[in-house]
Amino acid sequence: MLISNLELIPGRRVVEHLGLVQGSSVRAKHVGRDIMAGLKNIFGGELKGYTELLQESRDEALQRLQRQAEAVGANAILNVRFSTSSIAQGAAEIYVYGTAVILD
Amino acid sequence: MFDLIIFLVLLSLGYGVGQYAERRHYRSIIEREGRLNALPAIASRYPPIEPHYGQSLVIGSTVVSVDYFKRFLAALRNLFGGRVTSYESLLDRARRESLLRMKQQAADLGAAMVFNVKYETASISKGRGNTIGSIEVLAYGTALIEQRRK
Repeated sequence: MLISNLELIPGRRVVEHLGLVQGSSVRAKHVGRDIMAGLKNIFGGELKGYTELLQESRDEALQRLQRQAEAVGANAILNVRFSTSSIAQGAAEIYVYGTAVILD
Repeated sequence: MFDLIIFLVLLSLGYGVGQYAERRHYRSIIEREGRLNALPAIASRYPPIEPHYGQSLVIGSTVVSVDYFKRFLAALRNLFGGRVTSYESLLDRARRESLLRMKQQAADLGAAMVFNVKYETASISKGRGNTIGSIEVLAYGTALIEQRRK
C-alpha cells in the first residue's frame, strides 16, 4: 500500500478514484505521564512521553486508514492529511484522511 | 508570604533551567540542521517527473511545554499586548525540531528530497486556566527515494 501526501505519482496513472478514506484514534495519557508533564510545565522543554503517545496514536490512525483503503480495494492513498485536536483535558484525537485510488 | 516564596522559587527555577535547556536545544538544532542541510525539504506539491523516485510518507513530531518563567512573562504581555517573544521561541524550537525529525527519518530511508512538506500545530492540553499548557507540532511530507535502474 502506497501512502503519500502528494496528489500525483510521477510515472503512474490513476485508474480509479475510490473516494475519501479515514482513520482516527483518541488517546489519553495515564496519570504518571500527567504528573511528569506537570513538572515539565515548570521547567519547560520537550514532553517525551506525550510525543511518544501521539506517535503511537498516529501509527494506529494510519493503520485504520490503510485497513479502510484495503477494504475498498485500493492500492494507494494519495493526498494524505493529518489533523490533531484536543477534545478534552488530557485526551487528543489524531485524524488522518486521504483519497483512495487504484494506480496502474 | 509562603505563597510568594513558592512563586519566586518556581520563577527562578523556570528561568534557570528553562534558559539552560533552551540554549542547549538550540545548539543541538543548529548542529543537526547543518548535518541535514544536503537533504532539501520542499513545499511544492508537484514532484519532478524524471527520474522515477520511490515514495514514502515521513513524519516528525514534537510536544513541548513552556516553562514557568516564560508563562509569567506571557501573562504580563497579555496586559500590554504586543509580541510574545517567549512563546515565539518555543514554537520556533518545536517546528525546527519536528522538521529535523522528519528529515532524519527521510535520511534513514536514503531519500534524495522531501516533497510537499506540511506543518500542523495543535495545543494538546488546554483547560488549565487559559495558558498554552503544551503544544504539538507535526511536520510531514513525502520522501522521494532514488531507485536503481533494473
